Amino acid sequence: MHPVRKQRLILVLVLVALSSAAVGFVTYAMRENMDYFYAPSAFAAGEVPFEKRIRAGGCVVPGSVQRSEDSLDVQFVITDGEAELAVVFDKILPDLFAEGEAAVITGQLMHSGVLRADQVLAKHDESYTPPEVADSMVSHKSCADGAKI
Amino acid sequence: MIPELGYFALIVGLLLSFALSILPMAGSYSARSLWMEAARPLALGIFAFVLIAFACLTIAFVQSDFTVNYVAQNSNSILPVYYKVTAVWGGHEGSILLWLLIQAGWAATVALFGRQLPPELLARVLSVLGMVLIGFFLFILLTSNPFDRTLPFPPMEGSDLNPLLQDPGMIFHPPLLYMGYVGFSVAFAFAIAALLGGQLDAVWARWARPWTAVAWAFLTLGIALGSWWAYYELGWGGWWFWDPVENASLMPWLVGTALMHSLAVTEKRGLFKSWTILLAIFAFSLSLLGTFLVRSGVITSVHAFATDPLRGSFILVFLALVIGCSLLLFALRAPTVSARSVFSFRSLETFLLGNNILLILIMAVVLTGTLYPLVADALHLGKISVGAPFFNLFFVPFMVLLCLLLGMGVQANWKDSRWDKLLGAWRLPFLAALVVALVWPLAFDHYHWGAVLGIFIGAWVFCASLADIAAKTRNANSFFAGLKRQRASYYGMHLAHIGLAVTVLGVVLTTVYSVEKDLRMGTGDSVQVAGYDFDFGGVRLAQGPNYRAFEGILHVSKDGEPVAELHPQKRNYFSGGNTMTEAAIETGLFRDIYVALGEPLDRSNPSGDWAVRLQYKAFVVWIWLGALLMAIGGGIAVADKRYRKAKATRQVPLSGNLAAA
Repeated sequence: MHPVRKQRLILVLVLVALSSAAVGFVTYAMRENMDYFYAPSAFAAGEVPFEKRIRAGGCVVPGSVQRSEDSLDVQFVITDGEAELAVVFDKILPDLFAEGEAAVITGQLMHSGVLRADQVLAKHDESYTPPEVADSMVSHKSCADGAKI
Repeated sequence: MIPELGYFALIVGLLLSFALSILPMAGSYSARSLWMEAARPLALGIFAFVLIAFACLTIAFVQSDFTVNYVAQNSNSILPVYYKVTAVWGGHEGSILLWLLIQAGWAATVALFGRQLPPELLARVLSVLGMVLIGFFLFILLTSNPFDRTLPFPPMEGSDLNPLLQDPGMIFHPPLLYMGYVGFSVAFAFAIAALLGGQLDAVWARWARPWTAVAWAFLTLGIALGSWWAYYELGWGGWWFWDPVENASLMPWLVGTALMHSLAVTEKRGLFKSWTILLAIFAFSLSLLGTFLVRSGVITSVHAFATDPLRGSFILVFLALVIGCSLLLFALRAPTVSARSVFSFRSLETFLLGNNILLILIMAVVLTGTLYPLVADALHLGKISVGAPFFNLFFVPFMVLLCLLLGMGVQANWKDSRWDKLLGAWRLPFLAALVVALVWPLAFDHYHWGAVLGIFIGAWVFCASLADIAAKTRNANSFFAGLKRQRASYYGMHLAHIGLAVTVLGVVLTTVYSVEKDLRMGTGDSVQVAGYDFDFGGVRLAQGPNYRAFEGILHVSKDGEPVAELHPQKRNYFSGGNTMTEAAIETGLFRDIYVALGEPLDRSNPSGDWAVRLQYKAFVVWIWLGALLMAIGGGIAVADKRYRKAKATRQVPLSGNLAAA
């Protein structure tokens, strides 16, 4: 075989092998590392797997934020207008976290039915509801509307 | 009146862009030199008119002209004047105008410095840039006009610049990033012009290289500054979040890095030609994709502004046009520029090929992780987000491979090297890096094998670069005589590689040895973190030009010796809106001490207990220091004399030496 062609053939074979390995690996890793988003009513319906990293979001129910007396532990309830979900967290809450506002939580559902949060996000812009939360709201499109009803 | 003048200047700029994209291009095919020569004054003229528009908007901001809607949205009469100026690009419309200004600026720079290019090539490059300019002029005029008025009922007061953006880092981050993004449009224009002309040789690569290197250096700085800003301003000490917007800037950087290396092969050996063209097309397309992701609001992010679906659709159509047309052209013309040449598997070409494959693989993974949630949402597969673990799983091993290859390849020769010579060259840096990797973790409080591996990777790149400099100077009369003999681009390359090594070391050491504690602290409380004692002296009130703040007082000491007194703040801006966390950082070359205030745990009693985050960040500055070295390296490489030769020679240098990559 012509040396140029031979080199090109080897190159193409190596590329094909590498990229198919990469595609397979990526697909596998993607399945392992995807964080699905669930609304509180999905928790109530029992659709959410236990002890797996997931995301949840909703409006923080006014009056539901309870702090511990001697540590950073905090507990609050989020809602999508239909069901409610209790969340516990032991780190610093973000600046924009507030009762009646939207929050998105990454964490694991414990067997007690409480969501243990690793991360709590509140949006940077005050006039903005994260699209996941807005879509999952049952009767209205933002937390502010919900507070008025 | 002034805003209308700015709007008018934009319309004139659009008309000139139409002329620029048609006249010189047509002239280059019909050999009318007058039409081709029109390219340079047209490009300069467009820049002048965009500059006028930009100045008009700046004046509107400085005068707090709230009859202009964009000013009313993003400024406030009590905003300090330097933030009024930077607020020009604090929102969507203004940042597109900044993009346009830089785009026109790059075209003008090509017009000024491109005089030694063949007239056909210069005309076509500028014409292609003119077409890109049309796209952005139309975008700003049709969907994002910053000069819209709020008449007849202008607000009395503006609603203020987002407090997160009231920060010195924010003054430079967008312009630097845009210099990089937009700079790739020049490499893109060169690639398209080469496809049109069918001329793609070493000389072409030599012309395209400095433009790519400058754009790459700016992009490196822009990304580093963004990461640094996130570190100290978002308040929580993270420096990379795999946020879609960060990914959007990382992808063109990865492809741009691949492009620089493949251009080196094209220049020195006349190989990888169509590949280089493809990379140039992709680098710019990814810049546009980044703009689409950031500006269309399809993703949830710090950078997402209130959205208008028209904008997203416009950029998507523009992106499709750019990618579609350039790939079509590539398919039609690429066979005419392909090369036939052989190289051995032990050669520098192979290592650079490996570099390119790895960088593209990393880019593909980042692209997949960034776009998959969008695709899944569109196909109703559920709302998914791809978290940092996914990216790290690929990024880390691929980077390790890339750095290993870098250290091996940097000492290889073009065409062919001998195994015994290569192995001999690798032995010393390998041993040196191994010793450093085994010893360095002893300086910390615990030994960590991940740190050993990470330090080895960084030290390997560092030592291999030094070894190559030593090898290149060995045969000279003296060490310094040897140093003088090398080109600027050679030192640029090594400095950039050493910068990468420094960044790798910073990332590894920060990740492994940083300590982070979220605590509840009352006045008088004391706590020890990573050997440092933190005494909380309570919280007092502080006053800024346009905000009031709670200010914590923390005395930091080590072994009884005072280290620093830190004042983290919790700010409330007068214009209303969000509370802002302003961290206090004691920066050092080997560690940062990072303190941020959370919130008063009893909101009615701010003098009671507070949530406080105390952090010890080992070697975190090295991450950005390394990026700075990389950017300087890129700058030095551009200063190489051979890029400025008035009359470029046609011959391809085939020296056996390792040439600068």
